[in-house]
Amino acid sequence: MKPGWERLRAWFLLPAWIWLWALFAAPFAIVIAYSLLTRGAYGGLSEPWTTESYHRLLDPLYLEIVLRSFVMAAATTAICLLLGFPLALFISRSGRRRNLYLQLVILPFWTSFLVRLYAWMFLLRDTGLINTILERLGLIHIPLPLLYNNGAVLLGLVYGYLPFMVLPVYATLERLDPALEEAAADLGAKPWPTLLHVILPLSAPGIRAGSILVFIPALGAYLTPDLLGGGRTVMIGNLVQNQFTTARDWPFGAAISVGLMALVGVLVVLALRRERESLV
Amino acid sequence: MKRWLALHAAAVYAFLHLPVLILAAFSFNASRFTVWQGFSLRWYHAIFQDQQLVDSLWNSVIIALAATVLSTIAGTLCAYGLWKRGSALLSGSLYLSLVTPEIVMGISLLALFQWSFRWLHWRLGLHTVILAHVAFSMAYVVIVVAARLRTFNPTLEEAALDLGATEWQAFRYVTLPALLPGILAAALLALTVSFDDYVITSLVAGVDSETLPMVIYAMARRGASPVINAISALIVVIFGTLVLISDRVRAS
Repeated sequence: MKPGWERLRAWFLLPAWIWLWALFAAPFAIVIAYSLLTRGAYGGLSEPWTTESYHRLLDPLYLEIVLRSFVMAAATTAICLLLGFPLALFISRSGRRRNLYLQLVILPFWTSFLVRLYAWMFLLRDTGLINTILERLGLIHIPLPLLYNNGAVLLGLVYGYLPFMVLPVYATLERLDPALEEAAADLGAKPWPTLLHVILPLSAPGIRAGSILVFIPALGAYLTPDLLGGGRTVMIGNLVQNQFTTARDWPFGAAISVGLMALVGVLVVLALRRERESLV
Repeated sequence: MKRWLALHAAAVYAFLHLPVLILAAFSFNASRFTVWQGFSLRWYHAIFQDQQLVDSLWNSVIIALAATVLSTIAGTLCAYGLWKRGSALLSGSLYLSLVTPEIVMGISLLALFQWSFRWLHWRLGLHTVILAHVAFSMAYVVIVVAARLRTFNPTLEEAALDLGATEWQAFRYVTLPALLPGILAAALLALTVSFDDYVITSLVAGVDSETLPMVIYAMARRGASPVINAISALIVVIFGTLVLISDRVRAS
């Protein structure tokens, strides 16, 4: 590249480098430092430097929360795949209407996440729409406990992250050569076996990408378990928030954050190694 | 199989869109309860009678506009710089910021601000929220603008240079106009994620910088209120219109 371009590029990247060091690296470095300090008498920070907070992560009480988060994230990913794969297949086969159907999947991204979670609270709460209708019909006399449980949280997570599964799966399905399917049909394969033995294996890269895109945010979810779980379904994100507010144990909250970031980092590296493709 | 797929798709689309549609429909309900008792606009009137709501709406607008301008400029310049020559460290960090759980980004920014108070005489407020929003919306802008740059023909810039333009002029008068639709889309995305954010904002906001999502959250925790339905419907309609407009602009 010519020196003129090099100079322009250096100036152009300056704000981004400031962003990187001041707003991305520095905050995280401080969190790492906090995680190695001791909780002060009034909830602040004090010396000595110690790895005590990391040892506490192995306490069965917290391991249970970590395990629950993994189970919830895995279940969310599985359900998103079950719902999302057929939908992606449907969109990829709908000819001229493709774009419209795809827009309908993307649309929720433009709707406030908080509003979408509140919509479920409106439907599921004791005095919510579903319970009201069931009571009016005389089917129940006491409201069903639909909100504030693991099921509601799972529902919210699937609802929130389903588009992340549909889009990459659709992208691989769209690139598949239709001749492959015709070849399978010519050789006598019925539609269902063709789906199982031809289309499904070929869409593996999209399924992998979608699974990572759903699993990571589900693992670190905070708002969904907070609103739809009502404090009863504690996931890693809620534990972090709790340490920084109610429990006032910053070193421990910082240690959980570092652990969560390490997990996310490992997952991303594993995913990228297979894809050999970066976003930017 | 075709019919089965269509049925499945209809069910999933209903799952994705019905809750918000029902929520919006009940914002016109005359009754406070979830039983339909006729059409009314009383909950929309109630929004503007609630001073806390109106104040928080203004805060949200100021924050979202400021953060959008900053992150769109920085992100566009960054995408262009990386297009000229990549930087694994920078794009890796941007990518990582995108997958960082919100709660982790929120507490690390809070930790940074708290730590800076030892040296700087400032408190949590609108400015810390704006900085935090720039922190998480940068990556979105870079990715959208970078996608647009991939379809841009670099020989156009070389032609400009051959005709005597400086590198800056080539960027300013050749590349930038071609990127405008992408930049607009990126700005709209930044505006949406900024206006919508609750988790990070609630951690770094001060007493005088409560945003609309923070008020909605508090109301939702307290219990059902048709006022939330009305605000929700307004937010959905406003952002839906913005997206439609930007689609039109990009198409033309």
